[in-house]
Amino acid sequence: MSAPARQRLEAAEADSASGRQPSGAGRTTAMHVLALAAWVALYMLNGQASEWLAFRVIALSRTSRLGSALAFFLYEVPKVLLLLVLVVFVVGVIRSFFTPERTRSLLAGRREAAGNVLAALLGVVTPFCSCSAVPLFIGFVEAGIPLGVTLSFLISAPMVNEVALVLLFGLFGWKVAALYLGTGLVIAIGAGFILGRMRLERFVEPWVYEMTAAQAASDDAQVPFEERLTRGRQAIREIVGKVWPYVVAGIAVGAGIHGYVPEGVLAGIMGRSAWWSVPAAVLLGVPMYSNAAGIIPVVQALLEKGAALGTVLAFMMAVIGLSLPETIILRRVLRPPLIAAFVGVVAVGILAVGYLFNAVL
Amino acid sequence: MKIQVLGTGCAKCKQLTANAQAAIAEAGLAASVEKVEDLREIMKFGVMTTPALVIDGKVRAAGKVLSPADIRVLLAKYREPV
Repeated sequence: MSAPARQRLEAAEADSASGRQPSGAGRTTAMHVLALAAWVALYMLNGQASEWLAFRVIALSRTSRLGSALAFFLYEVPKVLLLLVLVVFVVGVIRSFFTPERTRSLLAGRREAAGNVLAALLGVVTPFCSCSAVPLFIGFVEAGIPLGVTLSFLISAPMVNEVALVLLFGLFGWKVAALYLGTGLVIAIGAGFILGRMRLERFVEPWVYEMTAAQAASDDAQVPFEERLTRGRQAIREIVGKVWPYVVAGIAVGAGIHGYVPEGVLAGIMGRSAWWSVPAAVLLGVPMYSNAAGIIPVVQALLEKGAALGTVLAFMMAVIGLSLPETIILRRVLRPPLIAAFVGVVAVGILAVGYLFNAVL
Repeated sequence: MKIQVLGTGCAKCKQLTANAQAAIAEAGLAASVEKVEDLREIMKFGVMTTPALVIDGKVRAAGKVLSPADIRVLLAKYREPV
């Protein structure tokens, strides 16, 4: 985020903190409209400003390696950070409508197929942190939600996340972002459904079923709209505040590859002709965690140099969707055979996506 | 007054514990902050997201890291009259 943008946000925040009276509501909304206008102006100016900085101020040659790498960096960093701020804000506001408690009551009593679809969709909009995966799992199971439906939620929630979608949209375009969203949902729905059919309930730690549901009251029913805007700003601070160094570092590495690695050099290793590249990408991706923000820009540069799209998608899904720390956390409630089935089914889904896109595109 | 922070030991839970201690110190209250890390104990409170803040046995916030100022508001609101 640029310094002026940050100042504006802070100003907006101070404004909303002091203005809780009815007259403050209009002003808060006005501040957000102003911030949006500033965002649009910055986003539109970014192209020219980065060109001017790279080729006029620093006076690099357009054809030099350093020039092309630096111009790429100066253009992509503000663009991706701006997109992140906007989307994270909007998603933060949307998520204020979906608490985990509400999602649970929406899912309770659903039958399997329809339940899997709904769970995967709710996984996208419900606020989720992998450190809450276990209490969430227990809460769902207590409410009588089928195991497969619960797993659909747990697959979709981390895999289809807004940071990944923004980076994909910003660096690859809307088609790849839509493909990622669509195939991510299909994997979450399909894997949850299959795992549900496998009747693995006996591999859930028995104490989970012995818990009696103590319903905590949720006071989120009547939240004023201003409060939702505040949640959006909190999301910016929490999420963008955490991922921006990875984004900048990732784009820097991507810029280096962009400028210095010759075209087509990766076609042999990561191209569609190398059949083993998809499983290799998945194996490589699983131990990596939460650095998706830094990995996507690198991967974008690799794609440009001849890597195949399916391989790249499989890699990203493995990084984000199948993380080692999350499976370790889930081990507290799931016994090893269930963990293995979970990882296996999701991995097969990701492999299928990788091969499908390598074959089709 | 009894304050408990429910969480399995992630960074957010530690932050909430620290913020709760800061809030008590700022408000000059005689209270202690207890960390509840055992999953079964946590689940008895019926929360689905951690970290959660419990004041005198009742869950008052879940799934977010409240600032010391936010916690002071909750303490003032829910403290049992002595």
